[in-house]
Amino acid sequence: MATTEETRARAVRPNLTWVGTRPVRPDGVDKVTGRAKFGADLQLPGMLVGRMLRSPYPHARIRSIDTSKAEGLKGVKAAVTRDDFEDLPSEFVPAGEMLVNYRDMVRNVMAREKALYEGHAVAAVAATSAAVARQALSLIEVDYEPLPHVIDVLEAMEPDAPLLHEDLVTAGVEPPPEAPSNIAKRLSFTLGDSEAGLEEADLVVEREFTTRPVHQAYIEPHACVANVSEDDYAELWCTTQGHYVVRAFCAKLLGLDISKLRVTASEIGGGFGGKTVVYLEPVALALARKARRPVKMVMSREEVFLASGPAPGTHVWVKMGATRDGRITAAEAVLKYQAGAFQGSPITPGAMCAFAPYALENVKVTGYDVVTNRPKVASYRAPGGPMSEYAVECVVDEIAKTLAIDPVELRLKNAAREGTRTVYGPKFGPIGLIETLEQAEHHDHYRAPLAPNQGRGVACGFWFNIGGESCASLHVNDDGTVTLTVGTPDIGGSRASLCLMAAEELGIDFEKVQPIVADTSSLGFTFLTAGSRSTFASGLAVIEATRDAVRQLCRRAAQIWELPEESVRWQDGCARSEESEDAPEPLSLAELATVAGKTGGPIVGHAQLNAQGVAPSFGTHIVDVEVDRETGLVTVVRYTAIQDAGKAIHPSYVEGQYQGGAVQGIGWALNEEYIYGEDGRVENPSFLDYRIPVASDVPMIETVLVEVPNPRHPYGVRGVGETPIIPPLAAIANAVESALGIRFSELPMSPPRVLAAIHEGAGTA
Amino acid sequence: MARVVLTPNLSQLAGGETEVELTASTIRQLLRELGDRYPELKPHLDEGVAVAIDGQIYQDAWLEPVPPESEVHLLPQIAGG
Amino acid sequence: MTRLHVSATINGDPVEFLCEPEQTLLDVLRDELQLTGSKEGCSSGDCGACSVTLDKRLVCACLVLGAEVEGHSVETIEGMAKGNKLHPLQQRFLEHAALQCGVCTPGFLVAARALLETNPDPTERDVRYWLAGNLCRCTGYDKIVRAVLEAASDIRAR
Repeated sequence: MATTEETRARAVRPNLTWVGTRPVRPDGVDKVTGRAKFGADLQLPGMLVGRMLRSPYPHARIRSIDTSKAEGLKGVKAAVTRDDFEDLPSEFVPAGEMLVNYRDMVRNVMAREKALYEGHAVAAVAATSAAVARQALSLIEVDYEPLPHVIDVLEAMEPDAPLLHEDLVTAGVEPPPEAPSNIAKRLSFTLGDSEAGLEEADLVVEREFTTRPVHQAYIEPHACVANVSEDDYAELWCTTQGHYVVRAFCAKLLGLDISKLRVTASEIGGGFGGKTVVYLEPVALALARKARRPVKMVMSREEVFLASGPAPGTHVWVKMGATRDGRITAAEAVLKYQAGAFQGSPITPGAMCAFAPYALENVKVTGYDVVTNRPKVASYRAPGGPMSEYAVECVVDEIAKTLAIDPVELRLKNAAREGTRTVYGPKFGPIGLIETLEQAEHHDHYRAPLAPNQGRGVACGFWFNIGGESCASLHVNDDGTVTLTVGTPDIGGSRASLCLMAAEELGIDFEKVQPIVADTSSLGFTFLTAGSRSTFASGLAVIEATRDAVRQLCRRAAQIWELPEESVRWQDGCARSEESEDAPEPLSLAELATVAGKTGGPIVGHAQLNAQGVAPSFGTHIVDVEVDRETGLVTVVRYTAIQDAGKAIHPSYVEGQYQGGAVQGIGWALNEEYIYGEDGRVENPSFLDYRIPVASDVPMIETVLVEVPNPRHPYGVRGVGETPIIPPLAAIANAVESALGIRFSELPMSPPRVLAAIHEGAGTA
Repeated sequence: MARVVLTPNLSQLAGGETEVELTASTIRQLLRELGDRYPELKPHLDEGVAVAIDGQIYQDAWLEPVPPESEVHLLPQIAGG
Repeated sequence: MTRLHVSATINGDPVEFLCEPEQTLLDVLRDELQLTGSKEGCSSGDCGACSVTLDKRLVCACLVLGAEVEGHSVETIEGMAKGNKLHPLQQRFLEHAALQCGVCTPGFLVAARALLETNPDPTERDVRYWLAGNLCRCTGYDKIVRAVLEAASDIRAR
């Protein structure tokens, strides 16, 4: 594409046929014709409508719940409350690859002692129509005792703040505090001696930053259909980033055998981390088990805002020192993140990410995980990273400007590289940060002239990426086509990239590979589509499964030729014998597939693995903004996202990740925020008032794909999805600073805040 | 012997030790060895930690070999969106 | 409650259905007629995922009552491809990777077709403002806008 300059820093494998090309995705036609079935698109005969009753209070003790009148209403087939879910102990247990506290999960799915946020589920009904279900909800009597609430993270940390959990004692503090508080955890990472490092500095910059809570804002609301037979065999259809994880959670919450719960992932209409947990699913199953009829539950947009996601609001303090020539001598940060109603904010990755783009000798990061009367936060694209890296990247920009050093130059001077030790301990392997900075420095965007009231900003971003458990099966059909079965839901084109790798390995046409995302009973456990892992981890499983099939194909050829197996190799879609003299004609995949039944039966490659060998992805973004001094409106006029992909398997979808992540970051920087009233209730739970960027808000997002291969992946893949949401927050703040001379320390930089700051003339908003 | 470096949070539970030298051929042995040596650490190790061996991060990889003289870091597990 | 009998033309075919007075056109399409290509993202006219045309006028099906379409003509995503021939917009969306999750895609395609029927030669700015009523959270709009501009040029060249 004209806007994309593809940089091959170091080639991993020359002569690739399919990897790196841009075919139409296998599920594409279904998605442009309306055929694709998403969460709410399934209808079953006799299906009931499930609806949730939610707390109107941000914090209230629930004295009693009476569903008898609702259950007496004609057409109501089931009602469930906290009494229908067994309480579970408070302990962090591994589920899939996550640590899960089922005590909290069962309370989040259905409030028990207290409602902890506005929109907290309190009861649910299943009825023959939406109208009856609505009427039934109005007949449920809940006796609430409203309690004082707390939303803001700093207020929640005050000693006299209303307590969400009377038994919550701060972890990570020795000796443990005697009194309970809203601070669930304190953690720290240190490297070197930050105090000594600050002594060395000629310039010390110390700033505080606030970011508001935001939502993932996927366009498809949560939706599911549950069906439970009389012998308790359960089927669940739902929109999720990981149906195996949904199965694990639901089986635990409902006391079902895992083998008796089959979960099918629908097509998923966006997730960004928000569809890695369960909300409706256990409730729909509980209703279906009582009614013995299929139950469909779909959230309204208001419910999505009130009761799912979101990402935390944060307070971040940063102090950094540098020498006159721009060497950063020390860095300190204190992060305070809202966890929502239950502990578990992304404070840990936030702390680990904060200074990751820099080679520093002296670092100290402390983090606090704080509960507040908001929905329990869920992952949102690089969870925890955008807020801490935003604060750091703003301070780095201030250092550059104060020292009159070009911001890219200052970053290059201090950039992390292979061998740099991170604050969390290990040293980086080969990474591509410097390559992205060099691309930025030489990009024509970075030198283009600016108009009046315009400013330019840059910022870097880092994300770890993850591996994890994945399975894949590859069925060679007797006509020479291939069916590829994987377990990661496809949220952004992963089926295309997985098929490209299979076609590459097999040496057959991409069109011959047809993928399917299996249900939980058809393939072994596969972890979430999250953490930028699908193309990496499911990709490794696909490559292994393909190589397994290739071994079988070579064996069959050897048997047909009556040659030793070792003399047969696979090349360009054919088994070939090494023997040069009177070598047999190569046998193609199709030829071997046709005779598979006669040579030992079907050929099926399989792999199951826990993918290791992840490598992080760094990015650098450049943004130009224009500020309207009369309205305070900040408009992004040009944007370039540069990032190390390791290897772009399907470059269009890699670009798409950069572009989509950048625009989510633009929304976070300029517009998006939850607005709470004094009563602790959300004032803007709709797309009208919680305004995500629309097409007319943004320019084209130029992309530069840097490829510094991950040496631990056959094609060099790193994972690309998370990193692009990180740089925009600071890049835009830095651009606004260069346009106005005003440094904002609070997001979003929405028109009222910007206008107020312009009127004040200086200082922070 | 592998050199194991603990984060400040884990170090609190290991009597303030920030570095431990021990012999283990796999990650599982290494975690067991640490848990035996520092019982307060054990529940946290059981909950799950990521292990970096000479810079490469491993999650849930008990059987991964730990080369002698390697530098090992225990870190929190990483998820993602 | 008495259900209303409604006759309308949907994707060129005569259709009769019964609906509750308060059922929206989107409910009717999805629940009564099993045309689930139109998506419900907000039910308040803010996201455009349920975009359809009513007598060629672009509307959010969630803001129209089912009973209102009596005697009128409705076009949904399901009627966009003709036989096995995709509409140029559908083709360009595929080639440009103008979709990631794809849930907003039907709405964008229907809205974009309505744009090209009124303005066959739109500028980038025209496209961005016309499609401002359709939310996409995955793509950042870049590839969508490019696909629409290219499809417009395809149609003009025909």
